[in-house]
Amino acid sequence: MASTYEKIATNTLGSAAASVTFSSISGAYTDLKIVVVTGQNPLNNAITWQYNSDTGNNYSNNALIGTGTSAISTNANTQPRISGFGDLGSSALSSLIKIDINNYSNTTTYKTAIGRFDSIPKGRAAVNVGLWRSTSAITSIAFSFENGTDNFSSGSTFTIYGIKAA
Amino acid sequence: MATTYKLISSVTVGSGGAAYMEFTSIPQTYTDLNLVFSGRNTSSGDWFSLSFNGSSSNFTGRIIFANGAGVYSYTRNADEQGVIPNSSTTANTFGNGSLYIPNYTGSSNKSYSIDSITENNATTAYMTILAGLWSSSAAITSIRMTISANTFAQYSTAYLYGISNA
Repeated sequence: MASTYEKIATNTLGSAAASVTFSSISGAYTDLKIVVVTGQNPLNNAITWQYNSDTGNNYSNNALIGTGTSAISTNANTQPRISGFGDLGSSALSSLIKIDINNYSNTTTYKTAIGRFDSIPKGRAAVNVGLWRSTSAITSIAFSFENGTDNFSSGSTFTIYGIKAA
Repeated sequence: MATTYKLISSVTVGSGGAAYMEFTSIPQTYTDLNLVFSGRNTSSGDWFSLSFNGSSSNFTGRIIFANGAGVYSYTRNADEQGVIPNSSTTANTFGNGSLYIPNYTGSSNKSYSIDSITENNATTAYMTILAGLWSSSAAITSIRMTISANTFAQYSTAYLYGISNA
């Protein structure tokens, strides 16, 4: 039986790093799923990601964020990246991020992603929907923080899975 | 190639219902766990609770709760982790949801997420998104879902999958 859910790559940080990139992503799958367990130090900015090294203002995102006392919705358009909520609240490996990118390799439509951003140190549960206005197939995904200098904690794990419909 | 996403075990509630759905002796050979469930309460409660390794201590959570009329956020311990339809909702209607636990064998505190929904042919139905953290260095070897003082209805199901990034 063909495998429909395969690991493409995993990156466990041996030391703190400001960015993590999955490159040369095969177009052989239908959908992508990314699972990140991480912490942040220092705590200045939100976690972000970009596709195919595109730094233009071609991204937008909407979020639903729960703080434990209120639920709020945010929106940002014409951005140079897709962003989660604010900082992760701790360097401990206690923040969980899951991102689903469907139909990522098609060359006809813009690319959307739905993500869960959870950080108990920060006291947040969130759903984030991100749009990349490009018809290019996604071949690389780069994670960083907005300022480019905050670090993902040592021991953070980034794993990308491919899901096949055929 | 190693199987990335594999069924570990499943539970189907029989006639008479069950006070809980549980997985024990969870193998420590995967990276992440995904518990996918479908359930209904035989009584009036809307919420299920969670325990790991027989413990309901040291759980911290943030939840986003929507009921068709508004959206709210609350803090959580091990109780009220997600929703299932109660006995007054449309007959034969089962809710569903998903619990994801990355790095469940590690020594760091365990982050997890839960998405859950009920459905009802009426104006009120529920959906929840939960960010959870179990502050324990212990590997997770058992998971129990419980409805306080109530029972899961016959045909409720839970499937536990192991996900490997090796």
